[in-house]
Amino acid sequence: MLENLIAGAEMLARWDVGIALLVGSIGGVIIGAIPGVGPAVAIAILLPATFAMDPIVGLTMLLGIYGSSMYGGAIPAVLINTPGTAVNALTSYDGYPMTQRGEAHRAVSLAYSASFWGGIFGILCLILLSPVLAMIAPMFGSREIFLAALLGIILVILAHRGQIFAAGLLAMLGIFLQTVGLDAVTYTQRYTFGYSFLSSGINLIVVVLGLFALSQAFYLLTAPDSSPSAKPVTGKMSAGFKELMKHKRVATVASGFGVILGMIPGTGEFTAQFMSYTYAQKTSKDPDSFGKGSPEGLIASEAANNAVPAAAMIPLLALGIPGEALTAMMLSVFYVHNVIPGPQLFQNNIDLVYGLYLALILLNVIVMVFLLFSTNLLTKIIRIPTRFLGVMVLILSFVGVYSLRNSLTDCMIAAVFGVFGLVLKRLNLPIVPIILGMVLGGIMEVKLRSAMPRLKTPFDMIDRPISFILFVMILLVLALHLRTLFKEYKAHQPEEDHDIHDTQMR
Amino acid sequence: MSRAKTLQALFKRYRRPGDIVFAWFILIVSVFLLSQLFAQTAFKPGAKLFAQPRFWPAVSLSLMAGFAALHLLGSLLSERIEGRWKEVLLWVSSLEYAGWFIGYAALVPWAGYLPSTILFSLLLVLRAGYRSKAALISSVVSAIAIVVLFKAFLQVKLPSGRVYELLPDGLRQVMLTYF
Repeated sequence: MLENLIAGAEMLARWDVGIALLVGSIGGVIIGAIPGVGPAVAIAILLPATFAMDPIVGLTMLLGIYGSSMYGGAIPAVLINTPGTAVNALTSYDGYPMTQRGEAHRAVSLAYSASFWGGIFGILCLILLSPVLAMIAPMFGSREIFLAALLGIILVILAHRGQIFAAGLLAMLGIFLQTVGLDAVTYTQRYTFGYSFLSSGINLIVVVLGLFALSQAFYLLTAPDSSPSAKPVTGKMSAGFKELMKHKRVATVASGFGVILGMIPGTGEFTAQFMSYTYAQKTSKDPDSFGKGSPEGLIASEAANNAVPAAAMIPLLALGIPGEALTAMMLSVFYVHNVIPGPQLFQNNIDLVYGLYLALILLNVIVMVFLLFSTNLLTKIIRIPTRFLGVMVLILSFVGVYSLRNSLTDCMIAAVFGVFGLVLKRLNLPIVPIILGMVLGGIMEVKLRSAMPRLKTPFDMIDRPISFILFVMILLVLALHLRTLFKEYKAHQPEEDHDIHDTQMR
Repeated sequence: MSRAKTLQALFKRYRRPGDIVFAWFILIVSVFLLSQLFAQTAFKPGAKLFAQPRFWPAVSLSLMAGFAALHLLGSLLSERIEGRWKEVLLWVSSLEYAGWFIGYAALVPWAGYLPSTILFSLLLVLRAGYRSKAALISSVVSAIAIVVLFKAFLQVKLPSGRVYELLPDGLRQVMLTYF
């Protein structure tokens, strides 16, 4: 393991990787801090630009944005009750009441330290788990990867409580979109309606840019202009660490939730945050203060969401299965460079894997140092008027789409998905299922086909230990969901706060 | 009666205005796509069911239509929220910005990346309702920054404008390479 770590460190010891890491992590904090654009918009726009870079350079930059945006997102969540990214929603529950009490400084510094704790905890778990992963990953053949992708689709649908039908139809739309074009095996046309531009299929990046970036531009441009204002914070930002030490248990358990749920495709930050928040409240000595400015609630939500990025890399690197939209986008970077994530990656490119781990550690440190000095600068950036931001996102989206293959048709397709994304955002329906449907649908089709020749009866599908476990998990997830539905139906639970699934922040 | 009522409650869900329009639209689209299944996909005799090119479109579209029907049912059974058509009008109004985007994309190969970006950034900021000098200046500065970052620094592949050919020799080379 040690020599792999050293090989990984060597990979990072390049000036361009260093710059990418710096730009990614600091850029990520700034993007996270601006309500109205999130990491998904930024990653979608930068994605085509990274194709020309070395894989490690492009990946560290995108990873930097992914891992650091939640740090930035905590600032507006605490100061103006508007989460900077979708996953900081619960942070505002306790952070904003603290600001109203005049404890803005305490809340912000506590959010930073909890984020740091979660981030580092997640990476340590990832490093410790790697040898185990390297052992298990080769046991994943076509059948297992097919079942894992299927589990991912089911989970992403079920994770959208209260919108399961919508999430289901959007995930299926994603799977369908992925089939359009010339079928690679039989060379037959699928849903091209005779148009030649559809023969090569609908490009994932074009869809991503339309659904995440362009739709956000349209969303901001069609809404009334506003300019959020945050007051500067005074005091030393390192004070939060002392207070965090009093709540080590909450922070660690919350990070644990983040790691476990981050690893499972389809669940992600929100579920992790929600579960750890509930845990913190149930075990707290002062449960009534939750939602009214409880430091424990703030810690639980920030530690959980920051532990997720590292954990989300596990299924991506070990199996090639992305668990949410941002890792799905990163998957395309791997593909462009012919590095196929999956069991082989751990055998052939282990230095890349460790290089990415180290990059994650470094980015947490860079972000922490940056935030200690520049929080007040960020409170000024938050004030960018929203429509102006919309214009900039529109102009940036163009570089993303057009640099892909200089095609005006791509721009038109992206514009169509942009309008579709706007409708989804206005209705607060989720976008992620479409993207995951496209990526996981493609994986399922390929893997099912390659598993076919070895299957005599349907039971051969699950006659290996891992595939059997995955199959049982799928059944269990469905059964548990039906059980909760039934229980809720009997208990007539009060309406939940649905606005929390906010898709507009991405 | 009470049973029917609780069944209704099961399908009720949280919505925003315009949800039912979306529900109808998506159901119609998915049913239309499903109806094209036999015309738009092939069936290879002899191949296994799961390996058929028709298999995944059939599965995804059937499930999509099913989910869309349930989604619509949920919408129909929930109480009406006012402001449906106002919301739809807003969706339609976003087409204007889609048009701006496509216009911008069409202009770049002719006028070049830098000039078109400055032009569109200025026009869009005016369209968005800003009139202050500060907003206009920052729109131009941001446009230049974006071009320098992506074209000159990151060297992304964008066509150089046809108008650049008309420039004098030295300047033309610089513009072709960096802007």
